[in-house]
Amino acid sequence: MTDYNFAYLDEQTKRMIRRAILKALAIPGYQVPFASREMPMPYGWGTGGVQVMAATLVPEDTLKVIDQGADDTTNAVSIRSFFERTAGVAVTEATAEATVIQTRHRIPETPLTEGQILVYQVPIPEPLRFLEPRETETRKMHALEEYGLMHVKLYEDIARHGTIATAYAYPVKVEGRYVMDPSPIPKFDNPKLDSAAIQLFGAGREQRIYALPPHTRVVSLDFEDHPFDPSRADHPCALCGATDSYLDEVITDDAGTRMFLCSDTDYCAGRQAAGHMGAAQAGAA
Amino acid sequence: MYVAVKGGARAIANAHAWLAEERRGDPTLPDLTVAQVREQMALAVNRVMAEGSLYDPDLAALAIKQARGDLIEAIFLIRAYRTTLPRFGASRPIDTAAMACDRRISATFKDVPGGQVLGPTFDYTHRLLDFALAAEGITPDAPRAPAPAGPVPHVTGFLNREGLIQPEPETDATPPDLTREPLELPADRALRLQALARADEGFLLGLAYSTQRGYARNHAFVGELRIGAVAVEMDIPELGFAIEIGEITVTECETVNQFTGSKTEPAQFTRGYGLVFGQTERKSIAMALVDRALRWQELGEDFVGAPAQDAEFVLYHADNIQATGFLEHIKLPHYVDFQSELELIRKLRRGVEAGAEGTE
Repeated sequence: MTDYNFAYLDEQTKRMIRRAILKALAIPGYQVPFASREMPMPYGWGTGGVQVMAATLVPEDTLKVIDQGADDTTNAVSIRSFFERTAGVAVTEATAEATVIQTRHRIPETPLTEGQILVYQVPIPEPLRFLEPRETETRKMHALEEYGLMHVKLYEDIARHGTIATAYAYPVKVEGRYVMDPSPIPKFDNPKLDSAAIQLFGAGREQRIYALPPHTRVVSLDFEDHPFDPSRADHPCALCGATDSYLDEVITDDAGTRMFLCSDTDYCAGRQAAGHMGAAQAGAA
Repeated sequence: MYVAVKGGARAIANAHAWLAEERRGDPTLPDLTVAQVREQMALAVNRVMAEGSLYDPDLAALAIKQARGDLIEAIFLIRAYRTTLPRFGASRPIDTAAMACDRRISATFKDVPGGQVLGPTFDYTHRLLDFALAAEGITPDAPRAPAPAGPVPHVTGFLNREGLIQPEPETDATPPDLTREPLELPADRALRLQALARADEGFLLGLAYSTQRGYARNHAFVGELRIGAVAVEMDIPELGFAIEIGEITVTECETVNQFTGSKTEPAQFTRGYGLVFGQTERKSIAMALVDRALRWQELGEDFVGAPAQDAEFVLYHADNIQATGFLEHIKLPHYVDFQSELELIRKLRRGVEAGAEGTE
């Protein structure tokens, strides 16, 4: 692909995106409008994350791409090969070896460290969108720090269901100022938003970039008498026995038998290599 | 024993190979050439150029061939190509009064200076399948007439001279560029028109139709519809004057809308405007009606809550590449989020069941 610039986008466009990223880092949790470009993959496939990635990558980087926590899901494979072709950077599946990680819907289980960048693909960046469909209104609400609507929604959940009925894309407050959508990660991942790594969020179709600098205070919204609860399936992983990881539920036969496995494939493989064993492995041995 | 699903890369490669084979269809039939698509599927080519925002009939024809005739997919190919093109500069505004008209009609006057020219239209064809076309081998021959000389004045200009139609403010301001700046609201008319020009034809058609049926009715007449070639000129700083760099075909529609006046404006006719690449008549008329509906604020009309009046609603949902991407992305894996919903539903049901037992 010699016809295209390094990492696909031209340098002018990258500069524009980098300005937006810097502004986003300077105002954590604030959604910065940017002139999103049409990419060679459809809107909804991660064009925001891909543009942020293109503006962030340098030739020395080692790239990891996950979707649903796994390196081998089709869209993760596709985006990884896109950057292998257009940027020629090294790729890895090991979280610890990556300098830049692009993700859709998960945060890796292995804690990220300083110097790493985690890039999220974001479908709807506006946490207030499903309470108020108009962008002109929600921007005003953020400016005035008017988040009563969100608290009423959470309160009504508790009144009706006894618990907050949001399982993913669970809203957070950043440094005591902006309410932010952490992208559709399961709320299990929310505590990991408090991280040593730089976290960048790109929403291509909605033309927004936002960010969390390292060690930013990120609080999942809750009430004193109904504290935030990052839940997971109450099982150990069938392959590696982990009890601290987010699990996928896999149906294994027509009778509906279920098996629970780590969603983070690198984490699971690492534990198995270190000799940890789950029920399925023990049974096979 | 469970084996994790692997092989995404191979599955993708195989899917692409199968797609290529399906695109070609029966290999015993001759391959469709790009020139054939360009010449014989010209209205599809026009739509792809208009909504792809790139005037290049050959590339549009190639995109249609590659997309197996799926026009939104073809528009997407053109858009993705277009973003990679460098910008040399901006042309001068095109002068549609100097258009070499293939078609030019006014519904508001029986005859107009410059004449009514039907041109190559479906309007008065009887929609009967022409089985002779299936047998091939027809080379039609249309009668010819000399082209009318000189510029063709705009019909709305006559109303303008009488002061019966609301005047448009003239400006030399550089219009905003939707493809280089994020869309921010409120959007001025230039930006709205830009968005409408690349908007999905079907979406605009539905919105325009809704205004005719009473959702913000604006009493539109087609003051003029013209289709033809215009010159594109560009100022070359090194030369100090403008030179013609090419010619494009556009469709322009100006509607004349009845208007009985508002708190701020006197009774007069008002305007809606549509301008689209290629021969794209339906789109440009729809564009003009939606443009007019979106102008309620500047004309001091009431917002009656109709979708076609709502700039945020229209502009955020008119782009078919954005819409189709987001719509179709729900077929990508979402099992992590679905798993968290499963856990939540189970938890909520456990709570209800425990509550029911407690009251027994």
